[in-house]
Amino acid sequence: MSSPVTSVTRDAPTEPVPSSAVAGSSAYQFAVTSNGLTKRFRGGQVAVDHIDLAVPHGAVYGFLGPNGSGKTTTIRMLLGLVRPTAGTSTLLGGRIPEDSQQVLPSVGALVEGPAFHPYLSGRDNLRRLDAADRTADPATCAHRIAAALERVGLSAAAAKRFRNYSLGMRQRLGIAAALLQPRELLVLDEPTNGLDPQGTREVRALVTDLAATGVTVLLSTHLLSEVEQICTHVGVMHIGKLVAQSRLTDLRAQTAQRIRVQTAQPDRAAATLARLGLADIARRGEEVTALVGSARPEDVIAGLVHDEVPVIAFGPVPVNLEDVFVTLTGEGFGVSG
Amino acid sequence: MSAAEASSPATMVPAVGTGQRQPPATSRRLSTRFLRSELKLIFGRRRNIAGMAVLAAVPIIIAFAVRYSGSRRGGGDGGFLSQATNNGLFVGLAALTVELPLFLPLAVAAISGDAVAGEANVGTLRYLLARPVQRTRLLAVKYLGVLIFTVAAVLLIAVVGVGFGLALFGAGPVTLLSGTQVSTAVGLWRLLLVCGYIVVCLAAFGAIGLFVSTLTEQPIGATIGVVGLAVISQILDSVSQLSAIHPYLPTHYWLSFGDLLRDPIATDQISHGIVSAVVYGVIFLAAAWARFGAKDITS
Repeated sequence: MSSPVTSVTRDAPTEPVPSSAVAGSSAYQFAVTSNGLTKRFRGGQVAVDHIDLAVPHGAVYGFLGPNGSGKTTTIRMLLGLVRPTAGTSTLLGGRIPEDSQQVLPSVGALVEGPAFHPYLSGRDNLRRLDAADRTADPATCAHRIAAALERVGLSAAAAKRFRNYSLGMRQRLGIAAALLQPRELLVLDEPTNGLDPQGTREVRALVTDLAATGVTVLLSTHLLSEVEQICTHVGVMHIGKLVAQSRLTDLRAQTAQRIRVQTAQPDRAAATLARLGLADIARRGEEVTALVGSARPEDVIAGLVHDEVPVIAFGPVPVNLEDVFVTLTGEGFGVSG
Repeated sequence: MSAAEASSPATMVPAVGTGQRQPPATSRRLSTRFLRSELKLIFGRRRNIAGMAVLAAVPIIIAFAVRYSGSRRGGGDGGFLSQATNNGLFVGLAALTVELPLFLPLAVAAISGDAVAGEANVGTLRYLLARPVQRTRLLAVKYLGVLIFTVAAVLLIAVVGVGFGLALFGAGPVTLLSGTQVSTAVGLWRLLLVCGYIVVCLAAFGAIGLFVSTLTEQPIGATIGVVGLAVISQILDSVSQLSAIHPYLPTHYWLSFGDLLRDPIATDQISHGIVSAVVYGVIFLAAAWARFGAKDITS
């Protein structure tokens, strides 16, 4: 991997945050970091291969990759559920797993789908989780549960047994559990899985709202559109490796910009573009596109006018992130073996 | 933006700045909230309520069967069932004796086998641990839940037995196994000692169940495995050719509680039983802790 985009993954913080920083009210620059994080399961299969995550405080970080690319294993390691074979990670400045008891109360998580006791109601399931949380104040428990259920639109179904919840309701309850306490970091693994379009929109709006209050969100997804809609940063996983990590805007900017010309005489347009030194000229019907390269778009327009090309429309070709990722991973978003 | 710029993580920090994390308030170190939630889960579950109903039904059946069977078959065989007619307390003892080989281990195995495997099976284990619940604390609460259930199950049988026994046969002097007669109060005290001894034995058995529960994500499998262990242990215990290993079987001293009903109490087997239970309990709790503490939670 030698494309300029991939280079951003190489220099994630190499210094683990000292645990002393956790003791008191501490400052951290990255809500999540990992350094050479690796998981090799028994049998030799490498699920996660030396990844260096850096999720800046306040970011909505899209952890993007096809199913089976190692996102969930990474998240399990970040939460201390799975022990890494090699490498270290920190959450909110605390090392995992050493400081997990200190930092995890400030982390809301949805890991590989919601999971609750089927014979308990939604409300009782949340009560159970709250009871397990040492930092939770029992006096405000009922109020916080009601607020969390309200926030995900489950108030009406609070007394229903989890067994009778639809897939979308289950997903909402999982998100409600992540919101039981004020959190600084939300780790949401495929939060819109199983939701209908309306629910998907609601969850995305919820994530955006939470991010606006300063909560950092690490959102894993296999949906590129989800990243494009709500994320500020993106990390791309491919067969256990983090092949790219940067701001979304930077990623777009690094993509070679193309312009398109719509004209009744595409041959003449193509000739002009060639004269102006634009590369990779492509014709399709009445449309001609080309890489801008070092040329300035305004000069291209002037050139076209000078050559009396009858231009109907002129503009940049919108950057298609999917193309970027296909370039990065060498394949589409199927299932990684 | 150049690649060099992009390569520095610092450039990715948004304007919001650095985070200020408040240390979580952990003032209530000895909160019983999680344990109470665990008990609610155990005693609120329909399956467990049904199981306890079965446990409670046995002394009732015994009481009515003995009361209305009509013929008194003399006290010659010295069995508990025939003694029930002398004093109601013996219904409780008879029920405990009948349920100790299978029903009580089954109940304890159902709860202990479900303890970790049940949470893993529905996936709630990962959410508990991420709350976070320390793994040692989770095991401690789970085992306390098993212990409290065991106490409740044993007392349930005893209380229902004594209640129906007294109602159907009345109270009177209690004839101990050694032939001595003692008052009802002393008899009740002896019954309580028996309950305590059985709880100690089953607590060790519950530790085995908890350990097996950390090995699998199938609670039913864990339960069946542990019950199978109890049954095999009792079968081996009945093969006289294997007497060399008998003292080391986990169930060997269970029925020694009869020694508590002699005058004076024969402490020999009882103390062996308690030592055996403590050893089994410590070994398997340690094994559960070692196993669960290092386990990758992939459920």
